[in-house]
Amino acid sequence: MFRNQYDTDVTTWSPAGRLFQVEYAMEAVKQGSAAIGLRSKTHIVLGCVNKANSELSSHQKKIFKVDDHIGVAIAGLTADGRVLSRYMRNECINYSFTYESPLPVGRLVVQLADKAQVCTQRSWKRPYGVGLLVAGLDESGAHLYYNCPSGNYFEYQAFAIGSRSQAAKTYLERRFESFTDASRDDLVKDALMAIRETLQGETLKSSVCTIAVVGVGEPFHILDQATVQQMIDAFEIVGEQEGPAAAAGQEASAEPEAEQGGAAAGEGVAPMDI
Amino acid sequence: MVKQQANWSPYDNNGGSCVAIAGADYCVIAADTRMSTGYNILTREYSKICKLADKCVMASSGFQADVKALQKQLAARHLIYQHQHNKQMSCPAMAQLLSNTLYYKRFFPYYSFNVLGGLDNEGKGCVFTYDAVGSYEKVGYSSQGSGSTLITPFLDNQLKSPSPLLLPVQDAVTPLVEAEAIDLVKTVFASASERDIYTGDKIEIVVVNATGIRREYMELRKD
Repeated sequence: MFRNQYDTDVTTWSPAGRLFQVEYAMEAVKQGSAAIGLRSKTHIVLGCVNKANSELSSHQKKIFKVDDHIGVAIAGLTADGRVLSRYMRNECINYSFTYESPLPVGRLVVQLADKAQVCTQRSWKRPYGVGLLVAGLDESGAHLYYNCPSGNYFEYQAFAIGSRSQAAKTYLERRFESFTDASRDDLVKDALMAIRETLQGETLKSSVCTIAVVGVGEPFHILDQATVQQMIDAFEIVGEQEGPAAAAGQEASAEPEAEQGGAAAGEGVAPMDI
Repeated sequence: MVKQQANWSPYDNNGGSCVAIAGADYCVIAADTRMSTGYNILTREYSKICKLADKCVMASSGFQADVKALQKQLAARHLIYQHQHNKQMSCPAMAQLLSNTLYYKRFFPYYSFNVLGGLDNEGKGCVFTYDAVGSYEKVGYSSQGSGSTLITPFLDNQLKSPSPLLLPVQDAVTPLVEAEAIDLVKTVFASASERDIYTGDKIEIVVVNATGIRREYMELRKD
């Protein structure tokens, strides 16, 4: 990315047919701390890395509940993300009020995308500098969407955005085929593993990350720190004992799936991304 | 040429009575389940009671279409509050919101006569009573609707609360225990349904206390 004479405002095309301001907005997303999402047939898990400005300050909120059946994780300009979350909440409330039923996720992301598009075609506006991972449940099942500042949106089985997200994406690409039929707890463990990839050697603790779950019979909620720490402890033990994976699996939590998690953790120490 | 009067009214009265009684650590809210229009019964099983928040329940008699619209408005506003404050609205907060919502339509009112009941921030029972345009007051007990003129004097007599007409204003929360208050509510509705044609069929009783919210029903005269 370099400065050129076509990037001053969003309403100027480059000769190559690009809108640089929009692309710069997408760069802002890549600078934010990581957020990941993954889904099964019945549940979606969102996770994010908590980055605090300094030791003295608290970390910014990056996961927002939009409605009982929809939640969003953001990366990039968190202020823009907050404003868009408020918009999404309003849309859900208004739809519920009029139709006495929950807003289908697919419709919400289209509205969001259209809102983002407006900012790419007005000289007095700038694009939103935030990427949103929208997790939602509706009649057609569990969905995970990614909305970008360009006004595009895509549906994913699993995705990661923000800084060092490539490491998480590599992990998710390796594991995603097992997600559709995974249990809720396995999904959360996979989310924690993916977050660990982005930390590049830093210890994974519940103070460093936030996890949220939404699923069939389970309204969107953010897991509390104690629960998250328990789940980290359950698979972190397995992860350290790479040799006797079976023994480690039994030693860990009572769930039989821990053995599967143990085997994956052995190969889970992936080559770190830059 | 006599001035033309409207031959259509946007309002109707669906009848029914509501009662709420506040105790030291509980609140009882009750309403009958009959919905009428004119001299006809529309249904014997309509709930006039709506849970607005964790510790806050509203019963409304009057025009049920307006009541339903009012309940939806409050529910939506409560959701917004929860998103912004990360907690449920307290009963006194909801009481103010209800008053503001009603007054907002001062010049085309909600034809809704409400009693709000629940626990305040200290866990003590509280009841708020309203008129159609939002004038409200915290009281120890109240009744609204077609049977209110029959019910209120009975409650004044039986609840052993200090008189609401005394000055200085005293807290009229009843010293009765929960079981006694519920019993009184059942008696009161049984009597009201004898004389008021719009009250009857069934009572729905909702009790709010520290353990949560529970609901019970009692049969009334069907005539």
